Amino acid sequence: MLLDVLEDIQEQTGMHFSEEGGVRSIVSCSDDVFDARTISDGGVTDVLGAHYREEEKMAQEGLNGIGYAMSIILSGHEDVVYVAGHCKESQGESRNMVTNLSYDPFYGRAMGLDYTNVAALQARAYMEKAGLTEEQLAKVVVRARQWAAKNPCANATEQVELGEVMYSPMLCDPIRELHVYPVSDGAVALLLASEEKAHEYTDNPVWLTGFGSCMDSYFLGDRDLASNFALKKAAGRAYKMAGVKDAKKDIDLVEVMDCFAYQQPMWLEGLGFCGDGEGAQFIDEQGLEKYNVNLSGGMLAGNPITTGGLYRAAEAVLQLKGEAGAHQASDVSRAVAQSTTGGAGQFHTVVVFEK
Amino acid sequence: MGKRNRNVGIIGIGQTEYSSHKEHQNQVEMVNEGVRYALEDANISLDDIDCVLHGNMELFEMVYQPDMWHSLGSGVYGKEQLRITTGGTTGASLVCAADNLIASGMYDVVMAIGLEKLQEGHTTGGITNMADPLWFRHLQTGALTATTATMMIEEFGEERAKRAAMKYRIMMDKHACLNPRAHRRFGLEYDQADDLMNTSPKLVGELRLIHMCSQSDGACVMIFASEEKAKEMCKNPVWIRDHITVHREETFNNFGLEMPEMTHHYAGRKLFERNGITDPVEYFDVFEMYDPSAWWGLDWLREFLQLKDDGHLKLLEDGDFDLDGKLPVNPSGGVTASNPIGATAMLRPAEAAMQIRGDAGPQQIKKEVRHALASGFGGTLWTVLMMLEKDLDWQEV
Repeated sequence: MLLDVLEDIQEQTGMHFSEEGGVRSIVSCSDDVFDARTISDGGVTDVLGAHYREEEKMAQEGLNGIGYAMSIILSGHEDVVYVAGHCKESQGESRNMVTNLSYDPFYGRAMGLDYTNVAALQARAYMEKAGLTEEQLAKVVVRARQWAAKNPCANATEQVELGEVMYSPMLCDPIRELHVYPVSDGAVALLLASEEKAHEYTDNPVWLTGFGSCMDSYFLGDRDLASNFALKKAAGRAYKMAGVKDAKKDIDLVEVMDCFAYQQPMWLEGLGFCGDGEGAQFIDEQGLEKYNVNLSGGMLAGNPITTGGLYRAAEAVLQLKGEAGAHQASDVSRAVAQSTTGGAGQFHTVVVFEK
Repeated sequence: MGKRNRNVGIIGIGQTEYSSHKEHQNQVEMVNEGVRYALEDANISLDDIDCVLHGNMELFEMVYQPDMWHSLGSGVYGKEQLRITTGGTTGASLVCAADNLIASGMYDVVMAIGLEKLQEGHTTGGITNMADPLWFRHLQTGALTATTATMMIEEFGEERAKRAAMKYRIMMDKHACLNPRAHRRFGLEYDQADDLMNTSPKLVGELRLIHMCSQSDGACVMIFASEEKAKEMCKNPVWIRDHITVHREETFNNFGLEMPEMTHHYAGRKLFERNGITDPVEYFDVFEMYDPSAWWGLDWLREFLQLKDDGHLKLLEDGDFDLDGKLPVNPSGGVTASNPIGATAMLRPAEAAMQIRGDAGPQQIKKEVRHALASGFGGTLWTVLMMLEKDLDWQEV
């Protein structure tokens, strides 16, 4: 998988790994538990181009790797950084088994917490707060599948009707089977370069202008699950760096990491595209179309959780480059990509891109 | 690399004690202990920290995304965070990352946390699990290998090689005995060498139990700041001069007779070249090296220090790596004494920085330490190598 994306980028940009003038710095992203392999970047060093090179593994969701690569370039240490992530969720017996291991071995793990049932608690709290209905949730899924059909990289492209989503089997109340992102395998990569070097690789670079993240409390009882505490702070930091004053006016395309349907309107609230508790209304008022939300199909169309945000970044970049193909939006100049790590959005990351 | 947009200083260091068991505290409490020591050392509060770096290996304690749980003790609530892991090199990678993050101007003050609680998992199983599931996993024996011992015996003769490896081991134990935080402190004496060479249980070939590193519990926390902030916040910041990371593919050269250049040698060659250092033994005042076994430590000295033939053995035999020698190696006792894996590679620059500050405690080198070298090891013979300085007076090359 990683070799495919590496060769693809080489073809597009002429990227090489020669001792002089080649890429010397690589940020990878993968996960030891999902790969069932200690040092999951060890088995892929060669296809990252990292033989006798600097390579560091982002062990959170991969969008953080974009921020870290940005720092490597801005520090003056390197001019070009190759960022690549991979995950094969299908190798594991169960994703819930993996995410159960995120909980402390004394209380949370024994209670059976995992990212699905924790999300269900958040979904219930948010549905209550925003007045989000089953029908609105179904709309999110139906729309995601429609856009996914236009994206050749999407996993779940089979079209579904509102009723199918509303009556799909209950997985973890109120989360239904079709509300959940499908088990997915894949790799994704981006090449980052300094302003001086970018034009050596492309005539059409997209600029990375903002990065921010934030951690919320670990214990669910310590959090207001519907508050978007961490996302608001992360977005505030990224927007400040990028000079974005009002997301509603300054941003015209959004890719959010919606592992569960309820997260799409909820994260959009956190990113400032609508007011607190207005996410449900936002769906009915065509907000998803107005702000070009997840034209890739998003997570609901299938990306691995480990690199969910890295895909969001790649899709935002393709849109700004005008290379998104059948799902290309018109007139986009500034986009935001968001990702989350941990259960029920404990940690959020936001990146701003500009044409 | 070799240049940066602004200088970065180390302004705080916190370490827990290292031991085989820490049953009085869980991972969160251990992280918290390290964080408290580092904040106290830097004389700052959590409010001053912009971003937290976190690193340990998931499959050693079998916790998925452990930084989420550890956030209870790390003080990261409401702050930014990055988690970077590269196997054994993790701790050193975090130091490189802190340097990148601050030099970039994105953050002014960064706290890096490296930890492991190996008691809670199966270390050798965890390491074996890094091998390719189809080709190598059934052959891998954790980090235990006698290849280097065999090669050194072939090159230098059995007697000299075995004696040198044991001298190195006993020297490390003598250093560890001075370090109040070190895990294994045996109190070995040089006249026990002959006995240990023959009686210490064999693990693989001539790699014996006494040669091998420990598996430890512990955390190391470091705080870094931009030059401006460091000078404002700290009386004696230690400066990061340069660092290099060299990974390599997992398979070794199976064809042909020529050995590929070791990443240790490559890292030293590149780093010294771009910093204008022609004689590292002469230039550096201390070397904190990630030495997973006495055989590897001894062999790698030749690689890192760009020595030829038996140059490293001669320096060892002449006492040049002793605490009062020309280039003291691992005053902390090194990795054969303490090895909490996610923290181990951070301990190297941490201990080296303490030597520069002059407050390393009983293991402090007597003469002034101005220039320090620190290395990390991980993955399939990966290297991180960095240079620390007492003063901001080096010449850019």
